[in-house]
Amino acid sequence: MIDIMPYLEILRYVLAGALLFGGAVFMIIGAVGMLRLPDFYARIHAAGITDTLATVMLIAGMMLHSGFTQTTAKLALVAIFLFLTSPTATHAVANAAHKAGLKPRLGKVQPPHPRDKMKGAK
Amino acid sequence: MGLGKFIGYLVSLSAMLVALWLTLSGYFDKPLLLSLGAVSVGITVLLVLRMRILDDEASPYHRLFGLVGFWGWLLVEIIKSSLIVSKNILRPEMLLTPRMVRVKTLPASTYGRVLFANSITLTPGTVSVDLDDDEIIVHSLLKEMTNKDDFAEMARRCARAVGEKESIS
Repeated sequence: MIDIMPYLEILRYVLAGALLFGGAVFMIIGAVGMLRLPDFYARIHAAGITDTLATVMLIAGMMLHSGFTQTTAKLALVAIFLFLTSPTATHAVANAAHKAGLKPRLGKVQPPHPRDKMKGAK
Repeated sequence: MGLGKFIGYLVSLSAMLVALWLTLSGYFDKPLLLSLGAVSVGITVLLVLRMRILDDEASPYHRLFGLVGFWGWLLVEIIKSSLIVSKNILRPEMLLTPRMVRVKTLPASTYGRVLFANSITLTPGTVSVDLDDDEIIVHSLLKEMTNKDDFAEMARRCARAVGEKESIS
């Protein structure tokens, strides 16, 4: 009978690293969306990715990394607070824009291709 | 409010405050610090009683059991729509079809509605912009995310998660 505990331990760190990496990638995607999307309402959705999936992956990765400790319990609390407060903040911002009369671009919107932007920069 | 409910709220609020204190401090064997923690929990409960806000909203912890399953389902939805939005952000030929839609199928209770609006905002690609008595105005990045049945499904699950007996209004 081989002892599988050390392997599980390695697997835990690998999974934690993968989750942290994935979270970082989604953070960058959110930032790219912030820059590329055309108007205020569309940019909120890019911020939404960093708010939700990226944060969940980062916190889950940190929880796996710290194992069964007090830190994990605190991270779980952080996750719950974020899950309750971040949609409220997003809604407050979107609602303020709507009340102030900012009109979203509707229908079909096609932002410029990165290649064309490069041409313009020259 | 009946006495039974009152005691229920009181006990669950105190238990959650004790659990929060223990989680955040991490002390289990220092009598002085533990008694100081007990005093601060006691003062908090006294303040809540004095402010007369001890009700369903100040002590909503009995709802947690229904919410756990819902959050699991919501997490899957968040992952799915995050991938769709990310794919659209990274595409060089980005083609967006933004829309404002009115969602009229809502959970009956205030709690259910707050949970529903929050869930819409949490799902990337849709943001609840305005709340009225009988509708939520939702801005969506892509038109395939404004499927009526998907909103109805989410409303039904929200209503069930907060323990509404009847289905959506």
